[in-house]
Amino acid sequence: MNSIINEITADQLKDDRSNFKVGDGVRVHTRVREGNKERIQVFAGIVIARKGSGIHETFTVRRISFGEGVERVFPVHSPNIEKIEVDRESVTMRARMYYLRDRIGKAANKVKEKRLYEATKAAK
Amino acid sequence: MNTTIIGKKIGMTQIFNEENELVPVTVIEAGPCPVLQVKTQETDGYNAVQIGFGSRKEKNTSKAMQGHFKKAGASICSQLTEVRCEEAPEVQAGEQLTVAAFEGVAKVDIIGDTKGRGFQGVVKRYGFAGGPASHGSMFHRRGGSYGNCQWPGHVWPGKKMPGRFGNHRRTVQNLKVVKIDAEKNLILVKGSIPGANGSTVLVRGSIKRKKSA
Repeated sequence: MNSIINEITADQLKDDRSNFKVGDGVRVHTRVREGNKERIQVFAGIVIARKGSGIHETFTVRRISFGEGVERVFPVHSPNIEKIEVDRESVTMRARMYYLRDRIGKAANKVKEKRLYEATKAAK
Repeated sequence: MNTTIIGKKIGMTQIFNEENELVPVTVIEAGPCPVLQVKTQETDGYNAVQIGFGSRKEKNTSKAMQGHFKKAGASICSQLTEVRCEEAPEVQAGEQLTVAAFEGVAKVDIIGDTKGRGFQGVVKRYGFAGGPASHGSMFHRRGGSYGNCQWPGHVWPGKKMPGRFGNHRRTVQNLKVVKIDAEKNLILVKGSIPGANGSTVLVRGSIKRKKSA
């Protein structure tokens, strides 16, 4: 991309946003403004996609809320995101976990957890 | 005088504004534009300012033009534009116009040439619907009827037909100024503007800004 454009967006990029990957269970702390008050809202779920690059980069978090699948797309470098906590890491064989959309019930949240995966691998 | 300067379209990107919203912006490298000549009612019959932008090698410039730039005390420019004014301009030849002039201006108009698309049919050029693709249809992307029969006995002027499309001068009005970087001579406006990256555009304070403000 053009060097002038890179310069403009460079100072808006956040360097603490590389700690999660697709398949991870995350808690996204977002700033919500209501009138003059500002509070933190947490959206917890599984990262099913991370796409784009630079300032355009976004990630999709999917969760099951009251039996209904909910997906939210966040810009990775959004100043509205206070922090991203990683609950559990996982091992994925896909770059985009869209197959989770077709799953119902318990399987909808099922991803290979890294901790368990490595434990079973070691046992073998 | 409504400030107008010449710029180069760099390209599009997105930035976060004060409300932390991601807004689409076009980056324009505008100015500094030296004032080369000031035309007034007394001397030329109308009021205007001639401004320049960019650079050109001396060997590629005619002696006459070199003298014109020398008279204004400016370096050789590749682009020249005349901007008409209602009243006698306040600027003097040799002054520099920069993006700093747009500080505090909420909205601008961008004038530029659209991308040339060559010879195109009516579907692309005028948005005609065209016909069905299949089921025995033999009418795909044609323009339909060109008019009546013995009366009027000719095709009406202005009938929409295939032809050259694009490369037209177009003005986009009331684009919001998102950011101005006077140091780097950059102006960021919200939304898209005509032309390809690298093409020359005119940046002008919005002529409708009084109504919209």
